[in-house]
Amino acid sequence: MKYYDKLIFELSKPGRQGFTLPENGYGRCVKELPEGLRRQSEPELPEVSEPDVVRHYTNLSQMNFGVDTGFYPLGSCTMKYNPKVNEEVAAMPGFTGLHPLQPGVDGAKAVIEGLDKALSAITGMARFTFEPCAGAHGELTGLMIMRSYHMRRGDLARTKVIVPDSAHGTNPASAAVCGLEVVEVKSNAAGLVDVEDLKPLLGPDIAGIMMTNPNTLGLFEREIGEIAALVHACGGLLYYDGANMNPMLGVVRPGDMGFDIMHLNLHKTFSTPHGGGGPGSGPVGVAAHLADLLPTIQVSGFHGNFGVMLRAYAYILMLGRQNVKLAGKYATVSANYIKESLKDVYKLPIPTVCKHEFVFDGLVDDGAREGREGATTLDVAKRLLDFGFHAPTIYFPLLFHQALMIEPTETESLETLDAFIDVMRKIAAEAAEDPAILKEAPHGAPIRRPDETTAARQPILKYQDA
Amino acid sequence: MAGFSYFPHTEDDLRVMLERIGVASLDDLYQDVPERFVFRGEYDLPDAMSEQQVRDYFESLAAQNARLKIFAGAGAYDHYTPAVVPYITSRSEFLTAYTPYQAEISQGTLRYIFEYQSMVCTLTGMDVSNASLYDGPTAAAEAMKMALACTKKKTRVLLSRTLLPHVIRVVETYARFHGVELGYIDARDGQTSLESLQKELEAGDVAGIIVPQINRYGIIEDLGGFEEAVHAAKAVAIAYCDPSALAVIKTPGEWGFDIAVGDGQPLGIPVSFGGPYVGFMACRKDYVRKMPGRIVGQTTDADGKRCYVLTLQAREQHIRREKATSNICSNESLMALYVTVYLSLMGPKGLRKVNCLSYGGAHYLHDELLKTGKFEEVFTKPFLKEFVLKPLVDTEKLQQKLYEGGFFAALSTEEGYVSFCVTEKRSKEEIDALVALVKEV
Amino acid sequence: MSKVIEGLLYSESHEWVKVEGDIAVIGVSDFAQKEMGDITYVDAPEVEDEVTAGEEFGALESVKASSDLYSPVSGEVVEVNEALEDQPELINSDAYGAWIIKVKMSDTSELDALMDAAAYQALTEK
Repeated sequence: MKYYDKLIFELSKPGRQGFTLPENGYGRCVKELPEGLRRQSEPELPEVSEPDVVRHYTNLSQMNFGVDTGFYPLGSCTMKYNPKVNEEVAAMPGFTGLHPLQPGVDGAKAVIEGLDKALSAITGMARFTFEPCAGAHGELTGLMIMRSYHMRRGDLARTKVIVPDSAHGTNPASAAVCGLEVVEVKSNAAGLVDVEDLKPLLGPDIAGIMMTNPNTLGLFEREIGEIAALVHACGGLLYYDGANMNPMLGVVRPGDMGFDIMHLNLHKTFSTPHGGGGPGSGPVGVAAHLADLLPTIQVSGFHGNFGVMLRAYAYILMLGRQNVKLAGKYATVSANYIKESLKDVYKLPIPTVCKHEFVFDGLVDDGAREGREGATTLDVAKRLLDFGFHAPTIYFPLLFHQALMIEPTETESLETLDAFIDVMRKIAAEAAEDPAILKEAPHGAPIRRPDETTAARQPILKYQDA
Repeated sequence: MAGFSYFPHTEDDLRVMLERIGVASLDDLYQDVPERFVFRGEYDLPDAMSEQQVRDYFESLAAQNARLKIFAGAGAYDHYTPAVVPYITSRSEFLTAYTPYQAEISQGTLRYIFEYQSMVCTLTGMDVSNASLYDGPTAAAEAMKMALACTKKKTRVLLSRTLLPHVIRVVETYARFHGVELGYIDARDGQTSLESLQKELEAGDVAGIIVPQINRYGIIEDLGGFEEAVHAAKAVAIAYCDPSALAVIKTPGEWGFDIAVGDGQPLGIPVSFGGPYVGFMACRKDYVRKMPGRIVGQTTDADGKRCYVLTLQAREQHIRREKATSNICSNESLMALYVTVYLSLMGPKGLRKVNCLSYGGAHYLHDELLKTGKFEEVFTKPFLKEFVLKPLVDTEKLQQKLYEGGFFAALSTEEGYVSFCVTEKRSKEEIDALVALVKEV
Repeated sequence: MSKVIEGLLYSESHEWVKVEGDIAVIGVSDFAQKEMGDITYVDAPEVEDEVTAGEEFGALESVKASSDLYSPVSGEVVEVNEALEDQPELINSDAYGAWIIKVKMSDTSELDALMDAAAYQALTEK
């Protein structure tokens, strides 16, 4: 990757243009509008030619790392391969040219119905809504359904939702947006929800519990049966955060574990590209007794991110019955393989079998000596960039101070996993020898470590301020 | 076992991995799953298809959709997308990257988001923009929450009744659960009423107002006097805008508003049956720490090179959890790239021309439709590319006729009017053909 | 080792109080600033806002963290240290010089619940 320094504004020169538009044959123009309704100054947009635009953004793209560039073991993000036929399907003019309110959309409806049926089959839920545009949006929608369920029964006292201390940050944040108070349940030494800690929290004020299973440590919540029984007995509902659904493919259906509401991240489990942070899609599935609540909650403008739904449906049809069920196990075997291959040089706080991901708590020997600071998880992450790998998720979950969360997915070969393992071992050896090489990393990326403190203290948030 | 093209695992590979792990089979990796929960059945899914079969299947579904000339808006506008836009946005370095947490290898994403923020600021006349939200309606809902966060001891947010219906519905959903009391500002002659606003503000409990700049009838609202009234009541003024139109109509900044939100879809994003689109939000500088979503800032690296990072992250859910400004995580980054590339190509002149063509076409259609005698004018206020008329013929027959002729036009409104919209994609010939059909109704 | 100053009172949530008549000058301890690292923003209340003992009155932000500030006393904010608006790093360089707010106390007996320097020193060394 090479460093390229321009902003599009810096290529601008008055008189250049990158557009072609027909001539205005109407003899009418916006200058007919009353003066008081018209913009007084021209917007400061760049004036550049079409080749300028193409070269500029191509240069920018070359400072980016994607799944197509290399291994991307970002925990809890399920960075699996994004199949290319999905892109072709999503770009078909028969779909992109549809206005959301137009008639004559039988094909689009068939896509939504087909995807609904497929996801219901995979999860054991009764029905999905596709309006949520991302995972957190799905969580919010799911909690709205949870609250609606209680409101419909006239039970207005259920104002709290239980969230494990290992949960994704979006869980408590979604609860707050939904007007629910968050009650935290602790994890036990095995990294699982502590059922004894949960019991006293349950009561007539509990709307439900949000759980991720396997949880953010990659561990299956094996007491889910008892948890479901306890929460249901107290009158609450169970919400399944589907961010970690991938290893469950072919093994367990959330509906069968007693979950009433769930979301899926189509941009994780169902292979749609992350796009540098969206668009995603976070469809919400519910058990049959809640299905009639779905139409009462509109959370986005039209039908959700239809283009993302098309990609996910194409993925499911490609895999079919036979292969969907293999994805989970392949993801799990790959994660465990990395874990077992590195646990002598990285601290493994919970040494049991994991699912699709696992968490190390820093280096066994971080190189700290008398008068020498050791290498941190951040340093390991930055050093990985030098070897052509994306970094794992770092400093999450919050249960461990040096958390390094690794998720390989099912689309990486044994050779890739071995290459990653070799590099991780080499980095561990470097740290023990001299942590400085890690602390200075990355050495070969387009930029070195940015000054984030100054960025936050004196924010420069647009070109005009720079 | 049969191979599959996305899974590199061979029998040998699996054996090597299982040996290292010390288990005998893949199923042994799931011994912690209670037997009663293990799914032993077969998924009710079709058999695996070849890539060609999948493509053929979707082509057959696409063929079941009607390809219509779009003469409707109502929140989704059929502007032209230049070829460069999908070309650049489909580059896998952009497409297959995650959120740019590792700034050193994400300068491409971070740089275009910075450019996007700069463009949103200049279009809206605001100081700061975030990196995107889901869509226009959810951006309005986030702005509603933000108004409460920016004001003290205020409980109510006012919505103009002239906002697009889908915006009102989504804001109402969020308000119902977030515990926000909503009030409504009445419309008068198709425009938000300043008198009604002033009356609502009297109670002193209003945190903010949301009014459209171009409303559900296509009318460009005159917001004179709004800013003064709202700020005198120590509330926040929020404008819901069509960002394409902001190249030519008075901006929220020029009106003295505090927050601008809307949908970026008219800026190069295909109508795509409603999504993915992109919500935008920009605001005055002093509200930046109350703003939801990601924000990119400029800084320097260890060698002093200019670079870009995610900044002001202490507002966000991954740090502040239930106290975050919003729950949003994944947003619509790639769609922000659509907007950025589109605006780079159009520049100020191109975007102005898009508006002139849309304006010219819409006014031509408006006048021609009235000449048919099948409609009555409802409002006489200035409009840009969208307008409503009162049909004097049976609406369903009218719509059916147009549909059969290959048009999506005369969309029914809640008030019993029909709406039309013309963009630069529509030619004069198409307009004439539409009018000819109307004459036959 | 973090610095603790004699003559100030301390809370368990690491705020310090300097009593000047019925005015409480409030900041955060050296221990707290070290835990936070580079402080990038101080979210402070406004003059005339009411604060309550044991409840939040603002927050400190760093690049990767946010830490709520809890008021050691109840009363009305009479002054806010505006220098921190542009220079939050003053807390890093001198935690006991960079006060955050001054509160006119409504109940000085709340001070009895706070720790003296020795007790706070012991707390931070735990």
